[in-house]
Amino acid sequence: MKMNLKIWRQKNANDKGHFFNYQAENVSEDMSFLEMLDVVNQDLVKQGEEAIEFDHDCREGICGACSMVINGNAHGPERSTTTCQLHMRSFKDGDTITIEPFRAKAFPVIKDLKVDRTGLEKVIEAGGYISVNTGNAPDAHSIIIPKEDADLAFVAAACIGCGACVAACQNSSAMLFTSAKISHMAHLPQGQAERQRRVLSMVQKMDELGFGNCTNTGACEMACPKDISLENIALMNRDFMKASLKHR
Amino acid sequence: MQILNSSIGRKYLMGLAGAGWTLFVAGHMAGNLFIFAGPEAFNRYGHAIVSNKPLLFGTEIFLVTCLLIHVGLGLRLTLENKKAKPAKYAKKAVNAKKPSFASQTMAYHGTIILFFIIYHLITFKWGPHYDVTYGTETMRDLHRLVVEVFSEPAYVAGYVFCLVLLGIHLSHGASSVFQTIGCNHPRYTPVIKKLGWIYALVVVVGFISQPIYVFFNLRG
Repeated sequence: MKMNLKIWRQKNANDKGHFFNYQAENVSEDMSFLEMLDVVNQDLVKQGEEAIEFDHDCREGICGACSMVINGNAHGPERSTTTCQLHMRSFKDGDTITIEPFRAKAFPVIKDLKVDRTGLEKVIEAGGYISVNTGNAPDAHSIIIPKEDADLAFVAAACIGCGACVAACQNSSAMLFTSAKISHMAHLPQGQAERQRRVLSMVQKMDELGFGNCTNTGACEMACPKDISLENIALMNRDFMKASLKHR
Repeated sequence: MQILNSSIGRKYLMGLAGAGWTLFVAGHMAGNLFIFAGPEAFNRYGHAIVSNKPLLFGTEIFLVTCLLIHVGLGLRLTLENKKAKPAKYAKKAVNAKKPSFASQTMAYHGTIILFFIIYHLITFKWGPHYDVTYGTETMRDLHRLVVEVFSEPAYVAGYVFCLVLLGIHLSHGASSVFQTIGCNHPRYTPVIKKLGWIYALVVVVGFISQPIYVFFNLRG
């Protein structure tokens, strides 16, 4: 297949940046999207040009590093798929593909398609921890957790922190990410000690960092490669109001 | 207060204030249907409402408060949101990842609806005052005013347009408030969303039926 690529190039956060056109020849439909970009980069380097920079790491959909908006969709056209797990068979021969970085005030562009997602780390730092006893590891069954609760916690914990929710949201809201972290711990007995403090400080940090407000468009849920549900945001809203009212 | 200083708290209040108006419009729409019962029933219904001062003032204060909260916080949230997304994408999200039109455009139809409400009050509440007497009772002849206003094709068209926008606004808002206050459950949420759509549709069709009926049947 042959692809026409319109790729955003930007030298650094202060550069204005704009689109450049590239062509990818001999693209196999079995290539992943990032492999296709690797081939384009190889050609660029051979011609003495600078490679297009993009984030990637595990390339198996679990690290949350890859982060680009493909034809207007964060992580491309397929639901429940990261960019690295997206294959070229999702496109047709001769397609023009527009590739942009995640856009949000809280995600400044580092270079080309790479953005700084430190904001998400800061939200986690604000409350994503639990108190544990020191000493030997406790017996695995010393805390009973119903299967249903464990499942809900696990579904929330599937969030890989890629930031597609922020990228897809027209308000750059980080509610889905933050709520996944809160919900993960709120469903487990180990998360109860800090439950109130956690939701208050994580939401406060999220607001401080310049992420937008939630308007329930659901774009985040649709863009999420791990299918994190809006249910988590509802839980966070509930917990936040409870904690705000009880807080002394 | 922590609640008002947070995005979630402000959205909570905004949603609840919107819910106040959501409930009100259904009542208003139901009252408008008295147009089908003839001039006397319509005028007597209007008279009964304005004669009940505690109900009238209570509702007015409630609605004005809700409107100020909803519009004020809405404006603030919208400005903050614009700032949080300084650059737009060259292409919009499509297919499986495209959010609903209504949810993405709330601020726009919301603004038009606000101006519509003000214009609507000027036309009817503060509009020409005609009198009519039934037996010994003299009251405002609202029926005559309604017929006059809705005999104008341009007014009917503008009214229908604004009401359709209200319907779009409600199609998202009526169910979205449940998510905001923390009610989301795989069993109930799909039902709540459908009911929100039906609610919006019933309200809009009910409201629009009045000018359409007047224009085609009562126009002088």
